[in-house]
Amino acid sequence: MDSVAQRLSAVGAGAALELRGVTRLFGALAALTDVTITVRPGERRAVLGSNGAGKTTLFNCITGDFPPSSGTIRFFGEDVTHFPPYERIRRGLRRTYQISALFPGLTVQDNVYLACRGVSRGRFSLLRPGQNDALMHATDSLVQAVHLTAVKDQRVAELAHGQQRQLEIALALAGAPRFVLFDEPAAGLSPTERAELVEILTSLPAHIGYIIIEHDMDVALRVVESVTMMHNGRIFKEGLPEEIQSDPEVQELYLGGGHE
Amino acid sequence: MSLTHDARVAVRPALAQRLARTWPEINNPAAWIVAAILLIMPLIANGFFLIEIFATTLILGIMALSLMFLAGYGGMVSLMQLTIAGFSAYMVAVFGVSGNANISLGWPWWLAVPMALALATAFGTLGGALAVRTEGIYTIMITLAIGAAFYYFTNQNWAIFNGHTGINTVATPHFWGVNWRADIPFYYVVLAVAALCYFAVEYLSRAPFGLALQGVRDNPRRMAALGFNVNAHRVAAYAFASFVAALAGVLQVWNYRQISPGSVSVGACIDVLIIAVVGGITRPIGPFIGALIFVLLRTFALDFLVRLGLDGNRFRLLIGLGFLAIVFWSSDGVIGLWQRWRQSQRPRTDRPGGGRGHG
Repeated sequence: MDSVAQRLSAVGAGAALELRGVTRLFGALAALTDVTITVRPGERRAVLGSNGAGKTTLFNCITGDFPPSSGTIRFFGEDVTHFPPYERIRRGLRRTYQISALFPGLTVQDNVYLACRGVSRGRFSLLRPGQNDALMHATDSLVQAVHLTAVKDQRVAELAHGQQRQLEIALALAGAPRFVLFDEPAAGLSPTERAELVEILTSLPAHIGYIIIEHDMDVALRVVESVTMMHNGRIFKEGLPEEIQSDPEVQELYLGGGHE
Repeated sequence: MSLTHDARVAVRPALAQRLARTWPEINNPAAWIVAAILLIMPLIANGFFLIEIFATTLILGIMALSLMFLAGYGGMVSLMQLTIAGFSAYMVAVFGVSGNANISLGWPWWLAVPMALALATAFGTLGGALAVRTEGIYTIMITLAIGAAFYYFTNQNWAIFNGHTGINTVATPHFWGVNWRADIPFYYVVLAVAALCYFAVEYLSRAPFGLALQGVRDNPRRMAALGFNVNAHRVAAYAFASFVAALAGVLQVWNYRQISPGSVSVGACIDVLIIAVVGGITRPIGPFIGALIFVLLRTFALDFLVRLGLDGNRFRLLIGLGFLAIVFWSSDGVIGLWQRWRQSQRPRTDRPGGGRGHG
């Protein structure tokens, strides 16, 4: 293990996210094998790796969409390994999905409103929100932040792909996120939309850390301070972006041969 | 653009605009006309039409409304809504006054009815708690199994449900000098309860609870990833729908003054599904339209078929054919047909960008 990796994982108890020996089996197939990662609060990290490297499975274990087969997951020091997803989200974890997971029958505003409501009280409220409802204001500013104000009353099923990706991000930033998992947020975006995405990511408040899965190096390496390489369900390398980019083994495995 | 940027406070809309947003019916002349006709119905309809057609339609409509709430907003097709209504009806007869003095406890209606509503809501919520562990066709199977089990249980249990004869001459409320089961007062009682249920469902569809339910319908996994306990939401939806169905059950037992296993048969459970689907499960008005079509067919198809020289008992064939046609050509029922016709009449630029959350 090199010094950078030691430094990255030596933070210990103060970590935002700490995975110890996380393994996830699908039948006989090990999607994740003995993954140990520590991420500081406010740290921004990219997870790289070819298809099937286990990146999305890693996210699913962290959020609880699938529980890990073994190992422990701590979120800001608390053992959340056996928590249902909603309990983790209420503690400040957020995620986006590689394939947009939205509510197509509802409007943009209702989608974002649900995200704001999910991490606050009154999820079962039988009273409609009034005009001065604090969550309605939070909803409006989130919609504005992802440039969707013009279409806020449209049903999500009618949105263009790029707009759906932006909404996907808005849903993950509702409330007071402490740590966000972005699963290929740039997938299918135009160059202009990519630039907007980079702007949104870099303008996030400094205390919000994130892990981003991204194949586009131009996006990934501009918005992170550290990189984890995965291969066949294992951690392959950890380091600074420039170290990973110049690492011969990594180049051989992933970056070499004209990557996308 | 910063995420912490505060949204500018929108100009407060005028009161009328806010009212119209809460109750879209206000701007719809057809809704006003329907409301007026329903209110003056006793002036234009005789006792037969008032009770056998309109009160019966409204009662069946309330039952189908409880299914529409679950299926349309929650994506859960429950075939036990009639069973919950029937359970509530039985409880009114068991706790209240009836001709079967050995079974009925003889409580006054104002004690028996809340008891029946509470027990039927609990019954439906328990059934829902079982059903929410499953999805799609398995939800249908579990709720159908509950309905079938209840039907056979009432047939065989004599201590409480009085077997296949059921409970007869159930007492109805008399107070303030009014016999509330007389045609005109009863019609208004049914109309008031139906209106209450309709507006409650309409209102809830835009409240956080109803919106979250629509989120659960569209994408339960994402709802969990937004901080919602999806199963708790589904069970709460069953609780609300059970209460609505229980109200219909009370009205039903007062309507017929008796309750027997025939009223809670599996066929009757499926009728409620047919009513909701034929009317349309995307809006709360659908179940009432479906119920009206069902009741009109059930009442008049017999004469109509006999006049054509066919067996009058084939009215179910007509209902079945209508059901087939609707499912083939309009997955959102009669109101879906109506909406598409309206849209085709309107210039394209005038089309709204989708309703506000009716899904």
